[in-house]
Amino acid sequence: MSVTGKSFGSLHPESPKVERLAETKLPRERQLDLYRLLRLTRMVEGRLGNLYRQGKVVGGLYTSLGQEATAVGSAYALEAGDFIGPLIRNLGSMLVRGVQPREVMMQYMARGLSPTGGKDGNTHFGDLARGIVAPISMLGSVIPVMAGVALAAKMQGRPLVALTYIGDGGTSTGDFHEGLNLAAVLDVPFVLIAENNGYAYSTPTARQMKIKHIVARAAAYGIPGEMVDGNDILAVYEVTKKAVERARAGGGPTLIEAKTFRMKGHAEHDDAGYVPPHLFEEWRKKDPIDRFERHLLGLGLATPEDLQKIVAEIDRGLDAEVDFALASPMPPPERALEGVYEPDPAEGLGTILPDAPPVNGLREQNGGAAR
Amino acid sequence: MSATTSQTYLEAIRQGMWDEMAQDERVFLLGQDVGTYGGAFRVTAGFLDHFGPKRVIDTPISESGMVGAAIGAAMLGLRPIVEMQFIDFISCAYNQIINFAATCRYRWGQNVPIVVRGPSGGNIHGSAFHSQNPESYFQHTPGLKIVAPSSAIDAKGLIRAAIRDPNPVLFFEHKYLYRRIKEEVPEGDWIVPIGKARLARTGRDLSIVTYGAMLHVALDAAARLEAEGIEIEVLDLRTIKPFDQDAILASARKTHRVLVLTEEQTTGSVAGEVAARVGELAFAWLDAPVSRFCCPDTPVPFSPTMEEFYLPNAEKLVAKVRDLLRY
Repeated sequence: MSVTGKSFGSLHPESPKVERLAETKLPRERQLDLYRLLRLTRMVEGRLGNLYRQGKVVGGLYTSLGQEATAVGSAYALEAGDFIGPLIRNLGSMLVRGVQPREVMMQYMARGLSPTGGKDGNTHFGDLARGIVAPISMLGSVIPVMAGVALAAKMQGRPLVALTYIGDGGTSTGDFHEGLNLAAVLDVPFVLIAENNGYAYSTPTARQMKIKHIVARAAAYGIPGEMVDGNDILAVYEVTKKAVERARAGGGPTLIEAKTFRMKGHAEHDDAGYVPPHLFEEWRKKDPIDRFERHLLGLGLATPEDLQKIVAEIDRGLDAEVDFALASPMPPPERALEGVYEPDPAEGLGTILPDAPPVNGLREQNGGAAR
Repeated sequence: MSATTSQTYLEAIRQGMWDEMAQDERVFLLGQDVGTYGGAFRVTAGFLDHFGPKRVIDTPISESGMVGAAIGAAMLGLRPIVEMQFIDFISCAYNQIINFAATCRYRWGQNVPIVVRGPSGGNIHGSAFHSQNPESYFQHTPGLKIVAPSSAIDAKGLIRAAIRDPNPVLFFEHKYLYRRIKEEVPEGDWIVPIGKARLARTGRDLSIVTYGAMLHVALDAAARLEAEGIEIEVLDLRTIKPFDQDAILASARKTHRVLVLTEEQTTGSVAGEVAARVGELAFAWLDAPVSRFCCPDTPVPFSPTMEEFYLPNAEKLVAKVRDLLRY
């Protein structure tokens, strides 16, 4: 069986084994939708890799190869009005929220029609209409911000949940602590997915923390903690769903640790020579797409043809997305000067009090403020 | 606007925030000890009882967390006011302010209407971490606005403008002025616009450009020099970013001599930027070099003898002015 016909990811076509993923009540159609989004994420990143090698990408390329299920499965557990704060390896969560591949491609190529108009790159863009808050590069910083989104939701009585991500490395930051502690103390509808993918750039998790499991930290904040197989998309979906529902019902924040692995370097330039090869071997066998395919095929939820059709449709769509992005113009240089400040509303900010006329001896009038 | 109330600088800030919270339910407070205790300087005394715990939020000690949460809440349509217990602690939120709040509008079109306010400045023997004037760290950052009122009227009008502003505004109160100034402050719904200086005193011989507590030092020095027939013009910037360049240049062209007086350390100061602007744009009108009078490049010293030596005062300012007039 060949599902893709293209090297979109490692498949194990010879494997007849039924994969035992987590129990789910997701109907077949939604599981196939989940498969489409998981595939889409890998294939968009594959196309980005091509553009990178063609010299079309400005700056670095950051991908989530091998850990796509964490972003896709968690974001899939949210409702339309909810908010996410995705990090650089959470493209999958943005695609779940309706981001179009061309938007990401134009971002990476610094084009004028990109969501930031060329002012920022990669996945660093947001859109509140789609519930996406753009992160900044300083890791951990988006945690207090998303706690604030959750706080506002609680204050406004809106039944929405704020979800964001952090890597194993990012859990070492002060903002991780301040943000999660604040969310816990204020008891806001917030979910934090800690993606433990083994490495922060070249630094292994063991050099990042003395504890074996990030989830142990949940106890320090007095909130529930869950540990999940990050390469089992159904498990990620189910555990996130539970946390999201608890948050929405007023049960406060949850910390979820997803165990996964970064199958490439930090960015495309990085050959990850510091990662022992056996780790790649080991985790390749746990590829989230392969496992989900074995689940779908093994349980008879899809035929190889069904999956092939999904992949072929994505592939066709991406041809058009790449063409559009490549044909789109670079931004006009002068745009660099625009948009720093939000202008005041046309009607102004209020009645302006006329200034008191200049006086000599204001000091006497106000009772001697001078030193 | 006929009725007035006699209010201190601190009471005027409190009144401004109170009025905004009363008329706009999106406005809320968060900070350390702002609720039950009413703030370390009691600026928010009474707010918790009146507006309730939903809108007056005591937070853990987490400046970065507080500002981050304010950013997120602002994105959902609220108008948060974050209190720094002392403005010195704003450095702990530096990243959230300059990287997050200040760049969202530019990068992805999302404005972040938050106010970060707190007591700044020295002359209260607070030593290195309770006396700072950190405005220049932020003046460098596009996307921020910075306000520093010198009077009760301006404090009330500017805090209201800051809360209504659709951008992140840093509101630097001067703690020396909190209870030392009392004015007749007009009642009613009015603002003092951000970005506009006020001519505090007119003169023809030399312009002192200043803001905050130093305004009063400048007026004191000007009064002393008046007796000798020297007429000093004093311009109160009120807004540090964006500062009122037109007003500064107009005064420079009128008096031909400019001294910028601020309470920051000298190097890399707001005063330096004002001076550079005057030098670039009004050079032909100048009869003397644009000069700065700021604090020495040291941390704020503790002992009163040293702090008095460190801070500008009217006597030292008069000497500086005489130097420039003799040039």
